[in-house]
Amino acid sequence: MTTASAVPSSAASTTPAPGIFPLVQIKGLRKRYGDNEVLKGVDLEVQRGEVISIIGKSGSGKSTLLRCINGLEAFQQGELSVHGQPLKSGDAQALRELRKNVGMIFQNFNLFPHLTVGRNVMLAPTLVTSQPKEVARQNAQRLLARVGLAEKFDAMPDQLSGGQQQRVAIARALAMNPEILLCDEVTSALDPELVGEVLQVVEGLADQGMTLIMVTHEMGFARKVSDRVVFMHQGRVHEMGVPEQLFGNPQTPELRQFLGKLH
Amino acid sequence: MVDFTFWDIAKQLLLALRWTVGLSLIAFVCGSVLGMALLVLRLAKLPGAQRFVAAYVQVFQGTPLLMQLFLTYFGMAMVGIDTSPLLAACVCLTLYSSAYLCEIWRGCVEAVPKGQWEASASLAMGFTEQLRHVILPQALRMGIAPTAGFSVQIVKGTALTSVIGFIEITKAGQLIANATFEPFMIYGCVAALYFALCFPLSLWSQRLERRLRPRR
Repeated sequence: MTTASAVPSSAASTTPAPGIFPLVQIKGLRKRYGDNEVLKGVDLEVQRGEVISIIGKSGSGKSTLLRCINGLEAFQQGELSVHGQPLKSGDAQALRELRKNVGMIFQNFNLFPHLTVGRNVMLAPTLVTSQPKEVARQNAQRLLARVGLAEKFDAMPDQLSGGQQQRVAIARALAMNPEILLCDEVTSALDPELVGEVLQVVEGLADQGMTLIMVTHEMGFARKVSDRVVFMHQGRVHEMGVPEQLFGNPQTPELRQFLGKLH
Repeated sequence: MVDFTFWDIAKQLLLALRWTVGLSLIAFVCGSVLGMALLVLRLAKLPGAQRFVAAYVQVFQGTPLLMQLFLTYFGMAMVGIDTSPLLAACVCLTLYSSAYLCEIWRGCVEAVPKGQWEASASLAMGFTEQLRHVILPQALRMGIAPTAGFSVQIVKGTALTSVIGFIEITKAGQLIANATFEPFMIYGCVAALYFALCFPLSLWSQRLERRLRPRR
């Protein structure tokens, strides 16, 4: 077991030669649950500021891939590096460093129900980056205003609608100032009339240059905001390209079938 | 032969009641601390710890408290600890309640949705931060009512320490009954005193249960 202080230096030694390297680099990623292989060798590179949508049937491995990127799921084979630092599962300190850079938003919001909205947003910065309470509070107020919920600072999460809760979750993730935001079907648990307000916030982030990797079923949205769309099928990246090409001129029968079923 | 007035008897029983209350408090407080430590050990996923804690809990849940008392009392003497009934009773009841409390609270921790672990982990919180600020506040809220309920078990459990010669209220009742030849009246009083301790605890536990019912 290496000590915590050894992490930055070892990370520096694995950084590739100066130049542009992808923010997220995935090579030959394989992941099994017992005998069931859900990722069968995934390759993907994400550049800084890119907006990537991952689409595909349920069970195609898209959520698992997303959860591998911030270490919520361990993988068995392959390489995954964020910011040039290879992800090592089992090294708690390295994982923590990685997660400071990679925020995540969940389908079920996962707000902390025992804390007010404001405290939800403030908690991680005060604990993890030792931000002074006052600074964290101002940041939280600013971020809540940004997602249109400035007046809900002292509300409890269960007093909010689903759409409002998801927007708080976005503010909470942003409070850590991540470079990458992972969005795991962030509108799937919402009533249809609440989807728009959340997508609007996500689109705002995309416009401001945030690197976004999102698993989504909202094809219209994926087409509108993505720089690239990834179609996953049976644990592999089956087709990938700019939205116009992928949606307008799908190359594989699987993608044609997938898109055909939606209409 | 000496005659005992009812007042004499009541006075003796009330004096002994202090030991029942005291022993219950010690067992509950020390048991809580130890139980929490065991719970953290189990949740921390240290190699072997999970199995050790599970076995510990099983041993205490799977044997009668009476045997645990005998084994503690004679076992401590065997390994050379200069033991007294009070010490043995405290140690044994602490171990006993720690096992049960650990298991009660573990159930509560497991009832906290997995998403809470994932969300806090994604915010780069470490294990102790997750536990301290996210998981335990929610779990313990669920745990308050069953914990208060278990405290009733501890109070009643102290009665068994009479067999290793600890003079709490059951033992005092026994001694007085032997002297007065009025066992039914004496044990009736003893039972009434237990009830006076336990009933408010039960009521309180039920009230907490209603008030703290999870809102989700």
